[in-house]
Amino acid sequence: MTLLAVAGLHVRSPEGRDLVSDVSFTLDAGERLGLIGESGSGKSMTALAIMGLTPPGMTVSGSVVFDAPGPGRTEVVGAAERRLTSLRGRVTSVVFQEPLTALDPLMRVGRQVAEPLRRRRGLRGRALDAAVTAALEEVRLADPERIARAYPHEISGGQRQRVAIAMALACDPALLIADEPTTALDVTVQADVLTLLDGLVKERGMALLFISHDLAVVSRIAERVIVLKNGTAVESGSVDEVVNAPRHPYTRDLVGSARRLDSVLDSLLDGRTP
Amino acid sequence: MTTRRRVPRSATLIAGCVLAGLVLAVAVLSFFWLPYAPDDTSGDRLMPPGLPHLLGTDKLGRDLLTQLMIGARVALEAGAGSVLIGGLLGLAGGLAAGFATRWLDDTISALLDILIAFPTVLLAMLVTAAREASLGSAVIAIGLAMSAIVARLTRVLVKRVLGQDFITASRTSGTSWPRIILEHVLPNIWPTLSVNLALQFGLAVLAEASLSYLGLGAPPPNASWGRMLQEAQASVFIAPAGVIAPGVLLVVLVVGVNLIADGVRDVADPTRRRTR
Repeated sequence: MTLLAVAGLHVRSPEGRDLVSDVSFTLDAGERLGLIGESGSGKSMTALAIMGLTPPGMTVSGSVVFDAPGPGRTEVVGAAERRLTSLRGRVTSVVFQEPLTALDPLMRVGRQVAEPLRRRRGLRGRALDAAVTAALEEVRLADPERIARAYPHEISGGQRQRVAIAMALACDPALLIADEPTTALDVTVQADVLTLLDGLVKERGMALLFISHDLAVVSRIAERVIVLKNGTAVESGSVDEVVNAPRHPYTRDLVGSARRLDSVLDSLLDGRTP
Repeated sequence: MTTRRRVPRSATLIAGCVLAGLVLAVAVLSFFWLPYAPDDTSGDRLMPPGLPHLLGTDKLGRDLLTQLMIGARVALEAGAGSVLIGGLLGLAGGLAAGFATRWLDDTISALLDILIAFPTVLLAMLVTAAREASLGSAVIAIGLAMSAIVARLTRVLVKRVLGQDFITASRTSGTSWPRIILEHVLPNIWPTLSVNLALQFGLAVLAEASLSYLGLGAPPPNASWGRMLQEAQASVFIAPAGVIAPGVLLVVLVVGVNLIADGVRDVADPTRRRTR
């Protein structure tokens, strides 16, 4: 079943520059799609346009249609804010790149996780506290009671990103959008968060739109990828196809540089180990 | 890392509360007890501090301590009234500008710049001309002038908060705008805004004293520290108590309020609290 159908999506900046031009793809329920591109390639803007959250002044045209069991078929482009508010959270949620700014610095972590739980599931009091603890446990946070009472600056970057994931999952959305969720983390934490995200999405049968500049990361978690360059989709296909037989020169560059980095790392490691 | 809710303590906040509390206590006391009636001119003129007039008398033979106590009341009323008017108007204007589309934002900002460029004294004269010379007129004028400064600050703070990911994250989970303003925007601008409002309180007290000094404040027999200074300046070398007493209290109140402002910032922002 098609959950999201994007057709001919255009986003134009107030200065008249095309940030995203003619991007089309579909996403089935439970499917995992990677969006790859360097910074400025329009991948984040595509994600914002899908949720109807483009900054003021941007002109969005084309079509973004959600077809989820709850709210039914909804066209996002040109929809009223109230219609979108009911769609967000129930159908889509987002995990952002920088976990420190993705959490309100002045609100205790527990309250931030409680917000969507209270609104979407109507929980109050003890039941709400228990649901917050459960949500934090689900993202494998040790000592969830302590984390719930802490402010974001009192916990580590990896813990913050787990909290952000817990918040995004709290509404039980049909589609999770992850915008460079591991880029700001160091490598070991990156791997943990990636594994966690992979497991949670599989467990819940959620669709995933994974945005990254890092081909290696995307190929670990996505089934299909779209390569964006200057706002245009230059190549798309299954991960195997794109990584093993890239057709577009830009994709070949991407794959090539990822391979070169790998081999350099390998030779460095070989040199060190006797 | 904190595991339980601690009551944050701040030495500056306590010192500020003691100083400002002193003035507040005097003001509260003035409602219940005064050494003399405010318009009692039975004393000798320009008496030095002593008995029966603890701080002496002014050039009309009125008791200085009595006037000083009423002046504390007036000063606090002026500060609180101005901050109330300036804070509410400024917050509303700043929020509107912060959320507004480009042209509305530009319009509000231009109006604010004009209001800020307008001298407070001139504004006070206009308000006085339209109404009458009273404490209310002075408070309205000071509040209006203050609202422009508060609005400009609020606008910048709101814009900065709105640009952050957690606002977008909140919106993606389907939180409505009014809720976002109450739960995220206001708490995040409050640490900076509250400090500014406390500073503005001190400035408002000084502004009221200046306006009263110029005769644009509360008319007699309502004693204001500003008017006491003005009336006593001719006899400053004969009876210095008439200038020193209101001057010292003015400094005590303004310093106290500024210390509170510093302390409030330490307490209102959990990221600034020291964790031990």
